[in-house]
Amino acid sequence: MIALLRRDLALALRSGGGFGLSLAFFLIVVMFVPFGIGPDRATLAGIAPGILWIGALLACLLSLDRIFQLDFEDGTLDLLATSPLPLEGIVAMKALAHWLTTGLPLALAAPVLGFLLNLPEGAYGWLFLSLLAGTPALSFLGAFGAALTVGLKRGGLLLSLLVLPLYIPTLIFGAQTVVLAADQMANQTAFLILLAISLLSLAIVPFAAARALSVNLR
Amino acid sequence: MSLWEYANPVRFMRLTDRVLPWLTAATVFFLLFGLIWGFFFTPDDYRQGSTVKIIFLHVPAAMMAINAWIMMLVASLIWLVRRHHVSALAAKAAAPVGITMTLIALFTGMVWGQPMWGTWWAWDPRLTSFMILFVFYLGYMALWAAIEDPDTAADLTAILCLVGSVFALLSRYAVNFWNQGLHQGASLSMDRAEHVDSAFSTPLYFSMLGFALFFVTLVLLRTRTEIRARRIMALMARERLE
Amino acid sequence: MDFFVDDLGCRRGEVEILSGVGFSLAPGQALVLRGPNGSGKTTLLRTLAGLAPAVRGRVVAPPESIAYAGHLDGLKAQLTVAENLAFWAAVFGGDTAAGGIDAALDGFSLRALSDRQAQHLSAGQKRRLGLSRLLVTGRMIWLLDEPTVSLDAASVAVFAGMVESHLAAGGMAVIATHIDLGLAAARDFDVTPFRARQAAEANPFLAGEIR
Repeated sequence: MIALLRRDLALALRSGGGFGLSLAFFLIVVMFVPFGIGPDRATLAGIAPGILWIGALLACLLSLDRIFQLDFEDGTLDLLATSPLPLEGIVAMKALAHWLTTGLPLALAAPVLGFLLNLPEGAYGWLFLSLLAGTPALSFLGAFGAALTVGLKRGGLLLSLLVLPLYIPTLIFGAQTVVLAADQMANQTAFLILLAISLLSLAIVPFAAARALSVNLR
Repeated sequence: MSLWEYANPVRFMRLTDRVLPWLTAATVFFLLFGLIWGFFFTPDDYRQGSTVKIIFLHVPAAMMAINAWIMMLVASLIWLVRRHHVSALAAKAAAPVGITMTLIALFTGMVWGQPMWGTWWAWDPRLTSFMILFVFYLGYMALWAAIEDPDTAADLTAILCLVGSVFALLSRYAVNFWNQGLHQGASLSMDRAEHVDSAFSTPLYFSMLGFALFFVTLVLLRTRTEIRARRIMALMARERLE
Repeated sequence: MDFFVDDLGCRRGEVEILSGVGFSLAPGQALVLRGPNGSGKTTLLRTLAGLAPAVRGRVVAPPESIAYAGHLDGLKAQLTVAENLAFWAAVFGGDTAAGGIDAALDGFSLRALSDRQAQHLSAGQKRRLGLSRLLVTGRMIWLLDEPTVSLDAASVAVFAGMVESHLAAGGMAVIATHIDLGLAAARDFDVTPFRARQAAEANPFLAGEIR
């Protein structure tokens, strides 16, 4: 299983699309917001937590279809399914690799992009923490959507349609954590629920996605 | 003879063939009875005027929007555990009915809310929840439509329905957390001091019964259509073999 | 520890295309699947490998004994030959990895290419690498679907030798192929007699009257 994780990380590094593209997309989305609504610093500060969370979520969405699609197309998934590794473990490792190459860099980059949107001072740490706690849910739920659509030729758009509704609770509690911190209000409840949602996703997605994969492989 | 016998397509067709006319008649009766009573023979509300009468559409539609999803969840579970084809097809058949109920609930909610709140759309937790339910329905139906092999589609949509239910429920609470709303509390709960007057509640019950029957009738009809479609597919597949 | 298949029914999509398939293999024996295109050889192999569910019947094999090689090699273009093999060795077993990889590299004379990325290999070289993977799995039963596609004559001979020594070591193989590998311990198995004429029993929508 560690071999699978290592291989996925090596592939992400060597094919270059891994970290770079999602981060660039995140930057562009954040940059576009002032273009769309104007440079007023107070307005930007008000919407910064939500925009940063939505931007990170969309950037995460971009690379989801690659979680299983490439391995499906070149036959690796067939061979992995007949290997001693349980499919659930394969799903978990691939989702983890996606998080390490997408979610983690996004969480690290978000506070920097927060400056561009005039994010209130007390919220930087919480922005990082909430993304750190919330992006695993995005990667795992995304892996579930990817497993559902892996057999489809043009599954990309459908994948978004399936996955985005599942992201709603994560987005709400993630953004609320930062919003409440920005308003200097108690945000522990939101943060803890966000953490719980991530753990719940970690717990149920490998089983659901493994089932979906085995259906798609037959 | 167990209930599972009707999971056989042939038996299901035979049974529904006999039951559907009665169901249709009952649907028409209760729906008309409840709605006509509700619209024309109830007093106007002292605050809301005749606007309140939209309750006879709004509440039953909202109820069935949620119940349709719950029915799909149960049917999906039965398919995953017992592999009864009719169950999977019934889940597929229920989705368009459910999404229509959701749309009716949303639309009547907006119409009702406009004079109350002074705006067509407010991000009230309940309305928002129905909006979310709507996108869950959309995803479910899109997945059915995208996959060609019917058994694969049944499996994948059933898994999506299970996981989706968990996250739809979570979204419901998330939305409550996010915005404590403008909505009226549960209209029919008896433990509230200010429950709906019985002049309204009796026709409302009839209307709800009518909507429930309407849902069952439509789902049975659509399931029959799906079964026929599967039969055609199977016949064509056999043709190709020979 | 025989490999034993009894009354197996296989489906592809909506229909059952093979039924009543049965055979048994003792260690050291191989089966060569014969039959025209579309007769269900690939479906049978995928069912044996456990990728596709059987409609009925059973496949009896020692646990964790099957290695499947389909039309696709499961290679990663950005990884080198050695890395690809090392990955599969780790997935399939781990311990014997280092020695096993060396043997696999030598078996198909891939040693000279071991540091080359898989994307720079020719089709035949990729196929050789894909087949070498079988050696690092350490599995007893090989299920091979058209293994000789894009191999030149010399490589086919090497491959036949590889299967021979696998069998000699007590392994088994089920191979779908159109060419003659000249395996001494192999017997032909024609799948056409097992072709299912109709799908009635498996499909509840074909039974009875539905109007």
